[in-house]
Order: sequence, then C-alpha cells, then structure tokens
Amino acid sequence: MPGRQAKEKIIRRTFFVLASAGILTLLAIALFLFIEGFPIFRGTSVQSFFLGLYWYPTSDPPDFGILALMVGSLSVVAVSAAVAVPLGLATAVYLAEIASPRMREIAKPVVELLAALPSVVIGFFGMVVVAPFLQQTFDLPTGLNALNAGLMLAFMSVPTICSLSEDALYAVPNSLREASLALGATHLETIVRVVLPASISGIGTAVILGLSRAMGETMVVLMVAGGAAMIPESLFDSVRPMTATIAAEMAEAPVGGSHYHALFAVGAVLFLFTFAFNLVADWISHRFRQVGEASL
Amino acid sequence: MSPENAARKTLPAGRRHGRRRAVQATAFALFRLFAVVNGMALALVVGFLVVRGWRAVNLTFLTQAPMDSMTAGGILPCIAGTLLLAFGAMLVAFPLGVAAAVYLNEYARPGLIVRIIRLSINNLAGVPSVVFGLFGLAFFVIYLKMGVSLLAGCLTLGAMSLPVIIGASEEALKSVPQTYREASLALGATKWQTIWRVLLPAALPGMLTGGILGLSRAAGETAPIMFTAAVFFTPKMPKSIFDEIMALPYHIYVLATAGTNIEKTRPLQYGSALVLIALVLGMNLFAIVWRARLRRNR
Repeated sequence: MPGRQAKEKIIRRTFFVLASAGILTLLAIALFLFIEGFPIFRGTSVQSFFLGLYWYPTSDPPDFGILALMVGSLSVVAVSAAVAVPLGLATAVYLAEIASPRMREIAKPVVELLAALPSVVIGFFGMVVVAPFLQQTFDLPTGLNALNAGLMLAFMSVPTICSLSEDALYAVPNSLREASLALGATHLETIVRVVLPASISGIGTAVILGLSRAMGETMVVLMVAGGAAMIPESLFDSVRPMTATIAAEMAEAPVGGSHYHALFAVGAVLFLFTFAFNLVADWISHRFRQVGEASL
Repeated sequence: MSPENAARKTLPAGRRHGRRRAVQATAFALFRLFAVVNGMALALVVGFLVVRGWRAVNLTFLTQAPMDSMTAGGILPCIAGTLLLAFGAMLVAFPLGVAAAVYLNEYARPGLIVRIIRLSINNLAGVPSVVFGLFGLAFFVIYLKMGVSLLAGCLTLGAMSLPVIIGASEEALKSVPQTYREASLALGATKWQTIWRVLLPAALPGMLTGGILGLSRAAGETAPIMFTAAVFFTPKMPKSIFDEIMALPYHIYVLATAGTNIEKTRPLQYGSALVLIALVLGMNLFAIVWRARLRRNR
C-alpha cells in the first residue's frame, strides 16, 4: 500500500516541523534581541556599555553603562541563593527521604502552589508587608532594597530547587540506601554520605536553574528592589536589576531611539546570562550523571 | 586518628549509638522545620491577602469597570482581559506543545537533532519573562504590525507556555503502557492510527492537566504583556483580537506603584490581588487534584 506509507511519511514530517517550533522560537528571540540591541554600539563603545558606571538614559548626552545593573541583578540573586538553596534542598530531602507518604501528599502541593503564586502578587506582598517591616526593624530610610528583593526572589526559586532536587534524590537506586543501612549507618548518615553524593549532579542542576529563574524574575525586583542604578554597598542599599530596568523604562523609550536599543541590548545580556546558566545545567546533568551503581 | 575519633572509641557502644540517634533526631527536626517554612510562607501570603482583601471583593467589584480614574469601581475588564489572554495563549501553545511531545516521544530516534530540540525547549523554559516581552514587542507588535493587542499578548504568552505544555504532554505519553502501542500495531494499525486512536485518548487527561497549569501560569504573568497587550486603562471591553486590553496582574502593578493615590486605592489593590490568586491557585489546585486521581486510577 504505497498511498498509506506516503501518508505516514507526510504526517511524520509535519510533526517534525511542529516540534521545531521550540528551536524556531528560541532562534527568533535571539535574533530580534540582537537586531534591536546591536545598534546601541554605534553611539556607545562596547567597553563603556559593559563597564560604564552610569545609567542615565534620558539625560543629554545619555549614559548607557550597565555595570551597576548587572551587579544589581547578581546581588539580589546572591541574597536569594543564600536563602533558597538551603531551604529548597532541605525541603527536597525531607520530602524524598524523611516524610511519611501522608505528609508528602500534603507538603508537595504546598510547594507546587508556592511555585504558582504570580510574581506580581509576591512583589505586592514585599511592598506592603516586608518593606515596612524591614524599615522599622533596621531603622532604614526605605524598606525597598536588595535584601527585600532577595527574600522575595527566594519565594520564586525555592519550588524550582526543591522539585528538581527531589527528582534527583528519587533517582538514587534503593540498593545504595539498603547497603548503607545494612552496614550500620543511621538514616541521617545514609542521607548525608550516600544519597546526597549520589545525586549531586541533579542537585547542581536544580540549584543553577533555580538561580537562573531568580535572575530572570521581573515583577518582584521591579516592585521591591528600590530602583537606584548604583553599585550597592550593603544589603540595605537600593538596586536596579536588569529585568527591572527593562520593565520600568520600555514604555517611555521611543521606538528606534538609542534608549530603546540600549534596553534590547540589556535584554540580550540577560538572555546570554540565563542561556549560559542553562547550558551549564545541561552539561552538569549529562557529564556527572550517576551511571549504574558502581561509580560512587 | 583525630582526637574526636579517639574519644568516640572510648565511649561504650550503647552511648555512641545514643549520640548518633540524638544527632539524627535533631537534624530531622531541622529538615522538617525547613519544610514547614514553605507552608508558612504560602499561608502568610494567601492569609494576608484574604484578610485584607475579602471586604473589597463583592458583586459590584467583580462586575463593574474602574471609575474615577481607577480610584473606585470594579475590575471586570481586567478579569475578562486576563481570561482572554490565558485561553488565547493556550489556543496557541496547546496544539503545538502536544504535537512536539508526540514527535519527541513517538517518532524521534535518539540523536543530535532530538538533543538540540530538547536543549532549545529547556532553554526556552529558562528565558526570562521580560525577554519574552521584548521579543513580543519587537516581533509581533512592531515587525508584524499587530500593535499593542490581545493577539500579540496571546502569541507572546503562548511562546512562553510552550515548554510547560511539552513537558506535561511528554509525561502523559510516557505513562501510556508500551503494550497499548504493540497491541495496536499488531492489529495492523499504522503509526499515525495508533497515535490518533490509541495514544492520544489515553494521554489526553494528563495533557489537559498540563494545559490547565499553563493556563494558570499565563494568567499570572505580567512582564510579557506589559509591552505587548496590556494598557493602564481602557474604558471599553475588548471587542476584537486587535484591541488593547486591561489585565489583572498589570492592573495590580499599576495601582500599587503608579496610581494617582496609592494609599487610597489600597483596598482595590488587595481585592484585585485576592481575585488573581483565587483564579490562579484555584486552577492549580484543580489540576493537582485531578492529576492525583489520574495517578491513582492507573
């Protein structure tokens, strides 16, 4: 039946084309970011763009130095990592190794719902609850600062870190746990010395993806980071991460102007940052994958 | 041998064991505490919004447009806009995502091309939401001349939700037992007939759960629609896909940061935030419960 086979072939090709939508979208995103971002280097040198300390896009002549914006992004990510990595990892260990099945059935949806909270709501919470609290507790001029942003971002990265680490812990073969327990190790010793080392590649991937998510988060930092484009000197300084800059300024940047191109260039830098994070995560998960039980 | 180990050696076996048990009990209590912190964080945010917001939410609030330059009135256009955006995004992402999952799970053989497709999907999932907004602005709004419109917003959100749908659909296809495929092929069905008549019906509920999760995510996003679909205020309800619209998340952001009277509109902000999380968490809860039932019936 040649007709039937030809039809199958066409269907197969159609599915392939549809599956390529992911690649095409990613390529289109990269293409448009670079097309719209590149013209900024006609008026500003590469060096003064990446290492310039001043971001004054609307003054005359404008300054487009994004160093403070990059440092702003990295500082809030660092604060959120300090909270989210221990919290997410401990929760994952609890869910995968310690909790009873009943507890897990309650705790897992909680983490999933935490992941589902819209970022604008978390930002709003940071504005109306956490900011006044920080301001009073530490006697600050404003509670909108890097610490607040980092804490709120931790909200967003804990679920990612937790659920991906949990998958990694589940992937550890049970025979490893049994062997460790049979040798007389306690449950805790088994977790710390056997299960965690065996799942380290998955946990590494989880942490990197969680941090990447924090770096790309927009609404939270837009609402609670304070918005000053300066290199922060303490946790209580106001910062202006890259995502917040784009979101705050795009509406008033005239299309095709140098401010517009500068914001696309910031977007391209952000895209490269997260792209690098993802490539590293992918590399770790392939390179250090636990193969069989003998490679411990 | 370290001094600590030497000391341990001299302890009687029973006491050494007791200390190890005590360390374990402390550590486990700590792990449990960390897990509880997550629940507390969720309860804190939701509880706070419910306590502050429930008074603002009533029938007028849900069925009227904002009035007096957004310091009074309701949020109907925002709710409508958010639902239209989320469903529109799924209209784009669901068929594409399911098709991609079918290709990856049923047709593709392991190799370079599949690795590249998977890597791009993973990377797409990691692209910051504001970058999707930039892309939507440059491509849909300006290059394709759609303008700031519902259509541009749906396409942008659709591109963003694609990885979620693909992931859920692949999981659903993987959970269909291999024997289904073998039985269908053994009866003389072609690959396509097997997929269309056997695999898709069996995997559909799982795929729909993914669709609902995608829906809730699209409904809660702000950054991708800021430059592509949403506006501060528009007095009329959307009539065509080329209209600009109001959306709940953007409305909350605008009221909380740029309104004319931020303190005076606090009740409206609490109310809008409460409606948004009720919408989003409601969809999620539905998907979670449904998925649990699917898994149990298997």
